[in-house]
Amino acid sequence: MTERSYEKFFRQNRLPHLWCPGCGNGIVMKAIVQAVEKKLGWTQDNTIIVSGIGCSSRASGYMDFDTLHTAHGRAIPFATGIKLANPKLNVIVITGDGDCTAIGGNHFIHGCRRNVDLTVILFNNNIYGMTGGQASPMTPLGKKATTAPYGSIDRPFDACKLAEAAGATYVARSTAFHVQHLTKMIEDGLDNRGFSFIEALVQCPTAYGRRNKIGEPAKMMAWMRDNAIMKSAWDKLTDDKKTGDKFPIGLFYRAETETYDEAYHHVIELAGGAK
Amino acid sequence: MKSEFTLKPERCKGCGICVAFCPRQVLALDTLGKVYVANHEKCIACGQCELRCPDYAIFMDKKVPKKVQRFDETTGLSITVEEVEK
Repeated sequence: MTERSYEKFFRQNRLPHLWCPGCGNGIVMKAIVQAVEKKLGWTQDNTIIVSGIGCSSRASGYMDFDTLHTAHGRAIPFATGIKLANPKLNVIVITGDGDCTAIGGNHFIHGCRRNVDLTVILFNNNIYGMTGGQASPMTPLGKKATTAPYGSIDRPFDACKLAEAAGATYVARSTAFHVQHLTKMIEDGLDNRGFSFIEALVQCPTAYGRRNKIGEPAKMMAWMRDNAIMKSAWDKLTDDKKTGDKFPIGLFYRAETETYDEAYHHVIELAGGAK
Repeated sequence: MKSEFTLKPERCKGCGICVAFCPRQVLALDTLGKVYVANHEKCIACGQCELRCPDYAIFMDKKVPKKVQRFDETTGLSITVEEVEK
C-alpha cells in the first residue's frame, strides 16, 4: 500500500482516537486535513488549529499542526487573537454544536460580525456527547436527551442561518456521509478571506442515536444520505415538500467584505504603525 | 482481484460503516468485531469503505492492469494485453 499523504497531518502516536465506534468526527477530521493538503502554501508550520471543549474539540490533539485546545466555547476568541497577532497564519477553528452555539454563542456571532479571517468548522452531532447526552441548542425538536427525557421542546438553532445573519462571509453545510462534498466545502471555506463557517453534520451513535433509537452508525449515515438535499435542488422544492427531516446542504452564502485583520491594520497605521 | 486491501486492526473499532456501505458485501466483521475481507473476488474497487472509515483502519488500492506482450496463436502475431496481478 502507498501510505496516504494525509497521514502526515496526524499525530501517529495518538491514534487510534478516543471517539466512540462509528462516531462521525473522524470522518470530518480527515476531510479537514485533506482540504488543507490541497491548499498551496498551507503547511504544518503556518496553519493553526484551535478548538474548544467537547468531543469534536478533541480533534486538535490528533492533528499535527500548531494546535490549541482552549476553554469551553472560547475557541473563536483565541483564534481571533492569533490572527491579529500574526495575520500571516492560517487559522482553523474546530468546534461542536454545544461549544459553538451555547457556551460560545456570543463569541460565535461576534466573530461573524467582525468578519475575522478564520475558518470555523462546526461538528454538529445534535447533543452534548462528552458529558453524557444533554440536549444542546441544536438538538432537533422532539428528540430525546438526558435533560429532555420526553423529547426536546426547545426550538433548535440553524447555525448556518445564524452565521449568515451575524455577518459571516462564507456559510456552507455538509454531512459525514457526503465526504467529498464536505472536503470541497471546507476547501472553499479555506479559500475565502473572512469568516468562513462550515457546519458538518456528524452521527453520534452513543449519546444521540442510541437514546433516540435510530440504530447503528451506518443507519445514521444512511439517514443523512436520504434526507440531505443539495442546495440547488432544495431551492426548486415547493414548501410542502420541505417537510419531515429534509434539510439542505451546500454553499448557502458568500460575500466579500473587509476582514478584521485588514481593518485592524488601518488602525495600526493611523496610530503610527508598529515599529 | 481488482483491489488490494490494507487493514489496520489496531485502529478498527468495528463500527460496521464500511461493511454497511460496501455495495458488494465484500467486508464483514469477525468474532472480535474487527473488519476483514470476506469476499475479495466481489470487490469492484469503489473505495467507499476507505472513504467513510472514521478510524482510518481500512485502505483500498486499485490494482492497475499491467500491459503484457503475448503471442496470439490464432493470428500468429504478438499482441498487448492488460493483465491484473492475482
